[in-house]
Amino acid sequence: MIESQDFRETTPERLIGEVQGMRDAGYRLVQIGATRTEGFEINYSFDRNLEFVNFKIRLADNTEAIPSISGVYWSAFLYENELHDLFGLNIKNIHIDYQGHFYRVARPAAFAEKPPPPKIKRAVKPTAGTEVKET
Amino acid sequence: MPFFTISKTILRSLFGRPATLMYPAVPREYVEGSRGHIEIAVESCSFCSLCQRKCPTEALSVDRETKIWKIDRLRCIACNFCAEACPKKCLSMATGYSPAVTSPGETEEHHA
Amino acid sequence: MRTIIPFGPQHPVLPEPIHLDLVVEDETVVDVIPSIGFIHRGLEKLVEKKDFQEFVYVAERICGICSFIHGMTYCHGVEQLMKIEVPPRAHYLRTVWSELSRIHSHLLWLGLIADAFGFESLFMHSWRLREKVLDIIEATTGGRVIFGSCKIGGVRRDIENGTLREIAAKLRDYAVEYKDLGNVFLNDLTVKRRLCGVGVLSGPDALGLGSVGPMLRASGVAQDMRLLKYAAYGGIDFAPVTAEEGDSYARCAVRIGEIFQSVEIIRQCSEKIPGGAIEIKVTGLPEGEFYARTEQPRGEVIYYIKANGTKNLERLRVRTPTFANIPPMLKIMTGCQLADVPVLVLTIDPCISCTER
Ligand code: SF4
Ligand code: SF4
Repeated sequence: MIESQDFRETTPERLIGEVQGMRDAGYRLVQIGATRTEGFEINYSFDRNLEFVNFKIRLADNTEAIPSISGVYWSAFLYENELHDLFGLNIKNIHIDYQGHFYRVARPAAFAEKPPPPKIKRAVKPTAGTEVKET
Repeated sequence: MPFFTISKTILRSLFGRPATLMYPAVPREYVEGSRGHIEIAVESCSFCSLCQRKCPTEALSVDRETKIWKIDRLRCIACNFCAEACPKKCLSMATGYSPAVTSPGETEEHHA
Repeated sequence: MRTIIPFGPQHPVLPEPIHLDLVVEDETVVDVIPSIGFIHRGLEKLVEKKDFQEFVYVAERICGICSFIHGMTYCHGVEQLMKIEVPPRAHYLRTVWSELSRIHSHLLWLGLIADAFGFESLFMHSWRLREKVLDIIEATTGGRVIFGSCKIGGVRRDIENGTLREIAAKLRDYAVEYKDLGNVFLNDLTVKRRLCGVGVLSGPDALGLGSVGPMLRASGVAQDMRLLKYAAYGGIDFAPVTAEEGDSYARCAVRIGEIFQSVEIIRQCSEKIPGGAIEIKVTGLPEGEFYARTEQPRGEVIYYIKANGTKNLERLRVRTPTFANIPPMLKIMTGCQLADVPVLVLTIDPCISCTER
């Protein structure tokens, strides 16, 4: 069975209101995760009796201020500190703010960097008479 | 009874066979299909380096000119991917661990 | 008077590093501040280097105990994105292996908790029984904890129907011993004194703090991701194991109940398994975004996969069950006795290296 994927769009301004609505409706906070696209996307996932709902906010870059939802869901502080340490996202008023010391990372905000351009294939030197199959 | 609930288990292991082996006096027997280390029948290898490209940990290196097939035993995760990919079927997964090496990055060489 | 006692990152009950600052007043813990991140490996970032088929191996190595289910969840997610119909036999084999890993993980946990409250021989016996499950796993997949048997499009190895029935029969024999072991955990007076009424988490609190897995089910919330019917769970008859009290004893009882449940699921699989192929050929590249959710021994795991039609995924996010269980752990620790802290840390079944990936 394929689980239905419910993605809803929202904005940083409306975020707290939407999240409060989920809390009042008895949803459990499943996770908060970010993705680096051209800018950034943040997904807030909720679950109630296996019904899975996602809120997505899109940001142009990681300096934009995002309100913390740790006032609504106390447990969100872990996810929000993680987002700050790995993506450098600017999340305001986290309940317990580690100020960038949640993960001990070698480089701050490493996940915000774009991946290097695709590597040129490892050189193969085909010699006459051998078949080289690439799958 | 809320006391001595474990006595049954203890008595059973007291009179049963020991759960451990007297290793190394009694060697461990590996079950068939246990993934231990990669073996190569280097005579049939065509040095096509397909295994090298397939290996997720880059543990293999194949040199076509000098006809040397090398494996870094410490990098290898015994995933069997190379053996599945090899067109000549000269790689195989054997049971048991490979012997210890004295420094990291030391490779084991097989010449044709 | 308040004192701050550092707990961890190295501590005899902790298999992996987590640091807690315990604010204590006399013997009572009044506040806990967690600190993790000692072993952040950045595996999620590695998707940009490894191609999506190779990444199964990395996903399996996120955790050393639920390794198979990590690999399976990853494969499940990618298969859904690529709309691959995995053959039913492969689904059943995946289910069998998932349940075997659940049995071995819960036995491991039983040993660890016995060690945490100082019952050494119980610890040894739990692990002795676990060893037999590992032997079955080694015989069927070739690895003891890193199974390496799942791949995108199916599984790499088959288990013959006869062997599968033998495994089910073997497990039924072992279940007698599990029963004796469970009896010690659930009925022994000294064990009960350490577990009953310690670290009570109410149902609404468990939901509000986002806890998952046995932690949630021990508080009376019957939530189990296997009900989503991934792999072959749609054809299996089972109901989530729950308990009402929400204390450490309830969490222990839920895990023991799940061991027997897994034995039963494997028996059903050995009878219902269909014949046919175990894998199909994978062509094309994944594109789109998908949340894969499965139930690990420790609870719900989330794989967010975003692919852009190249051979490297754009983003992989893994939310492991321990990450979600840290806030409820902090909750049950406030107000507990200092001597109960090791037991409470262990009742969430912490797996720190997968928390930090
Ligand atoms: S794939 Fe097989 S034949 Fe080709 S180089 Fe490797 S071992 Fe030799
Ligand atoms: S078994 Fe896996 S890791 Fe080892 S050499 Fe072969 S492909 Fe590489």
